[in-house]
Amino acid sequence: MQPTSLAFQAKATGALADANLQKALGGIKTGWQRGRILAAERLPEFEQLRDQARDIKNHALEHLDFYLEAFEARVLDAGGHVHWARDAAEARAIIQGICQDVNARTVTKSKSMIAEEIGLNDHLEAAGITPVETDLGEYIIQLRKEPPSHLVGPAVHLTKDQVADLFAETHHLPRTDDPAELVGQARTVLRQKYLAADVGITGANFLIAETGSAITVTNEGNAELTQGLPRVHVVIASLEKVIPSMEDAFTLLRVLARSATGQEFSTYTTVMTGPKRPDDHDGPEQFHVVLLDNGRTRMIGSKFQDMLRCIRCGACMNNCPVYLAAGGHAYGWVYVGPMGSVLTPQFVGIDQAHTLPNASTFCGRCEEVCPVRIPLPNLMRHWRDEQFKRQLVPATYRYGLNVWGFVAKRPALYRMATRIAMGLLGAVGKKRGKFASLPLAKGWTASRDLPAPQGGTFMQQWKQRQGTRH
Amino acid sequence: MSSAESSSPARPRVGLFVTCLVDLFRPSVGFASVKLLEDAGCIVEVPDAQTCCGQPAFNSGDRATTEALVRGLLDAFEGYDYVVAPSGSCAGMLRAHVPDLFENDPATAARAREFAGRCHELVSFLVDVMRVDKVTASLERTATYHDSCSGLRELKVKRQPRRLLAGVEKLTLVEMAEPEVCCGFGGTFCVKYPQVSTRMVENKVQDAAATGAELLLAGDLGCLMNMAGKLERQGSPIEVRHVAEVLAGDLSAPPIGRPAGT
Repeated sequence: MQPTSLAFQAKATGALADANLQKALGGIKTGWQRGRILAAERLPEFEQLRDQARDIKNHALEHLDFYLEAFEARVLDAGGHVHWARDAAEARAIIQGICQDVNARTVTKSKSMIAEEIGLNDHLEAAGITPVETDLGEYIIQLRKEPPSHLVGPAVHLTKDQVADLFAETHHLPRTDDPAELVGQARTVLRQKYLAADVGITGANFLIAETGSAITVTNEGNAELTQGLPRVHVVIASLEKVIPSMEDAFTLLRVLARSATGQEFSTYTTVMTGPKRPDDHDGPEQFHVVLLDNGRTRMIGSKFQDMLRCIRCGACMNNCPVYLAAGGHAYGWVYVGPMGSVLTPQFVGIDQAHTLPNASTFCGRCEEVCPVRIPLPNLMRHWRDEQFKRQLVPATYRYGLNVWGFVAKRPALYRMATRIAMGLLGAVGKKRGKFASLPLAKGWTASRDLPAPQGGTFMQQWKQRQGTRH
Repeated sequence: MSSAESSSPARPRVGLFVTCLVDLFRPSVGFASVKLLEDAGCIVEVPDAQTCCGQPAFNSGDRATTEALVRGLLDAFEGYDYVVAPSGSCAGMLRAHVPDLFENDPATAARAREFAGRCHELVSFLVDVMRVDKVTASLERTATYHDSCSGLRELKVKRQPRRLLAGVEKLTLVEMAEPEVCCGFGGTFCVKYPQVSTRMVENKVQDAAATGAELLLAGDLGCLMNMAGKLERQGSPIEVRHVAEVLAGDLSAPPIGRPAGT
């Protein structure tokens, strides 16, 4: 996917004027945001679980090579295959190869952010293979030819009415806005696709080193049908998804659903280990795991290592006032919200995405709700350091910062300059108490008044007062 | 003001870090801070060599300027028992971020960590360090309090202002639905992304107005100027003030954004 993150400002402005989008985003506050608070309140050990979740991921990252090799060995023991992909192109080629080996015409997919990251659907289509998204949200955005706007709810930017219109047009059925009927329509379409598919591709929430298993969670059960019905099952996952044990997975699962949607557990938790064994009634004949690096090993040992703890719950965006105003598409790439503002520059380059780590007030709510306690504002600030170092800060802003810095480093000069400036501003503004417009301050005064200074700096008045005290 | 026993010196020497916004825009908050600190038993001094905490440079990725400014503060506030600022944002910079500076200069880093440990936000300092449990102020108003982000999340300033406001005679405090949601100021964010910032402050003042409060309070002048600027543009009757002014019982200055004599 071609990044358009540099257009954040324009896209966010458009988003603010989009009534449907604003209505859809409003639902996140009353739904998932509220749900998380209630779920956390119901679980006395929630905060301790977050610490454990953080520690499990940290441990796995510190010993990533060990756990990845252990995972690979267990997958091979179970009769599966492991493919290592250094970058997106390698991962796409590996998956295309697996599909072509079995002459696949269609593949079903359950939701995978890694598939989005590597642009898998477009690649398969170009190779004459039809990918079918089976997660309801992914199915909707595939029909609309859109990227996801949220980690957990890829179509969260749409209202029910918009989906009703889309389905009426696509399914050639009378329009309905009844949610159960809409789901029923999608299900009818997808059932046929599951049975016809040659290959099923799923993501993985966790990879378990001790068993060689991949775990997915869904609320629709589509991962089971995707992995179990076709002859070939491909898991596409990034390296940092590996954790030591099944017990660790269940600790992480306890914070995952609560943080994401407020559920105690996702409706379906699917554990997938190897291909069908001789005595099994069903399951795929081939089991492949594609392990994607795509720059992640470079993050190990860097200032961004903490980001690899992310378990993709979406709590940071559900609680981000900027995301809730701008929506996911404004972020211009696969990952959105605060976690996207840290990850996107990693994947597409800071020169293509420096708008994102700046699209934050550093209010800190993302860090406050992150189940694995990723210090997201600090990581965004590291990107701002990088942006500054590489001189990607706009010239006017940089110039202003330099002038201000020069003066602020010289207290005597600062005292004099501020005394004069505030004297002038105060004299002009005192009578009205505010400015409705001011040169160089349009960003502020277009929508709000600028309170005027009281006149005379504190330091100046303090000195005068000290003079009279002694 | 009654002040209980504390482990700090009987009359600690406090260096007031005025903060640039208070210095330039609202000196009355500085004087209210001095009064509150002196009433709590502190000896207050205002070092002349202070300018800015460095946060604008820090959040813009300019580490060199940040460190140069913080070096100035280390010298200016050398020897004070405490450094107190009427801002959770500036105090958050000094207390939570300064210890991470000077990666390549261990000697200064050690000084910075020691300095950071002495830095406090005004209201939490009064309650947590000086053990102030009541101020002598009276105000017949209904007020609502916005939790500024840095104070709330970096310094855990939440119950302290409410506790002291509860002791202001005749003052009624009503909570807005989401006092912990950002007002959209965010330093340079408000001019880098003015449209998103505007939506955030619209939501915030709507939340405040829904309480029916006559007075909107917070502990950070940046947030206060943002919220007051929006309310003034809307022609709202809600008055906006720094919490220190109310706690000090000195409302002689007009509310933020209002003309003199109001």
